[in-house]
Amino acid sequence: MTEQRQKSNRKIITIGSIMAAVMFSFCFAIVPFYNAFCRATGISTSVPTELMAKSYGSGEALPGETREVEVQFLATNNMGMPWEFYPETTSVRVKIGQNAKVMFYARNPTDKDMTAQAIPSMTPVNGVAHFHKIECFCFSQQSLGAHKGRDMPLVFNIDKDLPKEVQVITLAYTLFDATPNSSRKEKS
Amino acid sequence: MTHEHQHADGHAHAHDHDHVPHHHSLKHGVVKWMKGWLFTTNHKDIGTLYLLMSLGMLFYGGTMALLIRLQLFEPGAKFFDPNFYNVLVTVHGLIMVFGVIMPAFVGLANWMLPMMIGAPDMALPRLNNWSFWILPFAFTLLTISLFVSGGGPNFGWTLYAPLSTTYGPPSTDYLIVAIHLMGISSVLGAINIIATIINMRAPGMVWMKLPMFVWTWFVTAFLLIGAMPVFAGVVTMILFDRHFGTSFFNAAGGGDPVMYQHLFWFFGHPEVYIMILPAFGIISEVIPTFARKKLFGYEFMVGAVVAIAFLSYIVWGHHMFTAGMALGTQLYFMYVTMLIAVPTGIKVFNWVGTMWGGSMTFETPMLFAIAFVVLFSIGGFSGLMLGITPADYQYQDTYFVVAHFHYVLVAGALLSIFTAVYYWLPKWTGRYYNETLGKYHFWLTMLGVNLTFFPMHFLGLAGMPRRITDYAIQYTTFNQVCTIGAFIFGFAQLLFLYNVLSTMFGKGKRATAHVWEGSHGLEWTLSSPPPYHSFNTPPVIK
Repeated sequence: MTEQRQKSNRKIITIGSIMAAVMFSFCFAIVPFYNAFCRATGISTSVPTELMAKSYGSGEALPGETREVEVQFLATNNMGMPWEFYPETTSVRVKIGQNAKVMFYARNPTDKDMTAQAIPSMTPVNGVAHFHKIECFCFSQQSLGAHKGRDMPLVFNIDKDLPKEVQVITLAYTLFDATPNSSRKEKS
Repeated sequence: MTHEHQHADGHAHAHDHDHVPHHHSLKHGVVKWMKGWLFTTNHKDIGTLYLLMSLGMLFYGGTMALLIRLQLFEPGAKFFDPNFYNVLVTVHGLIMVFGVIMPAFVGLANWMLPMMIGAPDMALPRLNNWSFWILPFAFTLLTISLFVSGGGPNFGWTLYAPLSTTYGPPSTDYLIVAIHLMGISSVLGAINIIATIINMRAPGMVWMKLPMFVWTWFVTAFLLIGAMPVFAGVVTMILFDRHFGTSFFNAAGGGDPVMYQHLFWFFGHPEVYIMILPAFGIISEVIPTFARKKLFGYEFMVGAVVAIAFLSYIVWGHHMFTAGMALGTQLYFMYVTMLIAVPTGIKVFNWVGTMWGGSMTFETPMLFAIAFVVLFSIGGFSGLMLGITPADYQYQDTYFVVAHFHYVLVAGALLSIFTAVYYWLPKWTGRYYNETLGKYHFWLTMLGVNLTFFPMHFLGLAGMPRRITDYAIQYTTFNQVCTIGAFIFGFAQLLFLYNVLSTMFGKGKRATAHVWEGSHGLEWTLSSPPPYHSFNTPPVIK
């Protein structure tokens, strides 16, 4: 009886510890899974880069499509990011299928070279899959020398499958400091 | 009612009285006393240690709560600078959750489980010693973190990234290690409880005869094993982001701070049920005793606990409706959240059903139990309001949320712990507590709790944000009511402290084995106080 009990106890300890270890690793395992899941189900509000990079259509306004969509641009700096960063056009009206190009301006007012990464977010969610970026400064990190400024282009079009009720699309960029070894301690 | 009482003293563990362990008094010297408590593997000793630590922590975290209320007595942030206020809010939350509620429940489990299932001790006594003695180190680390240069942790008990990563003060690392220790302690404790319940039941103590408190703890132990390691994992990721150059939660490096919230609340939601399921168990023990009836719908009570535990793993998104989530996902989380109301409703209904037609008396534990049912239901309803997605957009991050979770955690979990202590204290110490003092404690606590937390509903609906050190002038009156209530509530606990300590140290009328007229279950067949080793020979289960 006691021996049996001891064996059972040992089994419970083993199973319990394995469960705990699995749940601990679950946190780390979720990282690739999380992105894949959001992409696969389309429940993400941030725009998957590959999807947006994919060229769609000829870039000409489609015959028979009279719809025009207003696209608004927003730019914000993440907390502590010192760059000047704003869209040179805050809003454009584009025809379905037509390529449009807008410029964002960024300037590094500090005394050191810096690198930044812009992270996009788009509303409404049901427009996300139909908005295609052909060229975007957010595809890669942007470096600017001390006190240098630059125009950064964004080229995009909107496909004909955009749901009818979407008439305004808002595209917001948040600029993050991605300078290598940018000491986080320094800022806190 | 008294059928189990008959053979109570018949067994007469008289020989045990010669075996009162050395460390229970200082007569044998301080060294023996200290060694005794340090190395004890006895479930009652460890239960006592857990409960006493929790009692100490209650005053520790409670003092912080009073400082918070002091700061909010008037607009203008007159007492502390904003950062210290944030530290207070953070550490108050962590202490109350991990230092008061959880250890108190584990202490009760240690004391009561072996006695309730007819076992001599826990299944893994040495592991048990370890799970307890890790905790003082954890809370020492947490306390040290307050004094590290750069200030204590100031990002709320939720440790949201990037507040805890990029902007976290150096003390965050102390907190992370403290959380690891608490996690290890909880998981070991949970494994021990599962092993005890599976392997140590007396012959004839079949699953559907287990007391509700045992059932709720059995389910809670699985929640602990499933949830605490996730918390440990996610704070480890914070540690990596802080020091090892990873970007799990840093958008600039390809990570996602919203993923932190998903992971945290995947732990956080089961955690709230870890803090309430044992409370359900306690209430299900106490109400039948003082209503002098069997628990109404026992099978449904068991089923409801299992259902709640399952649902708790799939509803975490309702904590982050506004963090950025697709419409369909929000709808899903709203519907499953609503679903929890069904098993919870079953529980409340069955407690009322147990009282219905019973011949009730209102000793202190019963008063607390009834208060629990009423006040927890209020907390449950405000939880339903928060679970409605569009309404949550209005309520989120206001004092309405603060009111909600204090109703379930203070008026729920904490009151259930008071219930349990008053209910079992005569069993533990062999003496009745002072009933008059207990009633004063009850009524002052009632007054204090409701005065503190009820106005917060209105403050929240009027738009007062939570976690702020200063507020707009129109909220002043209600905040002053809250503060006055909090001080009444806080100082009323000194009555509890005195009552418990004086009973422990031998004041009060001697208790019979049966203690309460309507008591039922194996623990009441043992003498009061029970012998050092509960059941050396398995009891007969009828």
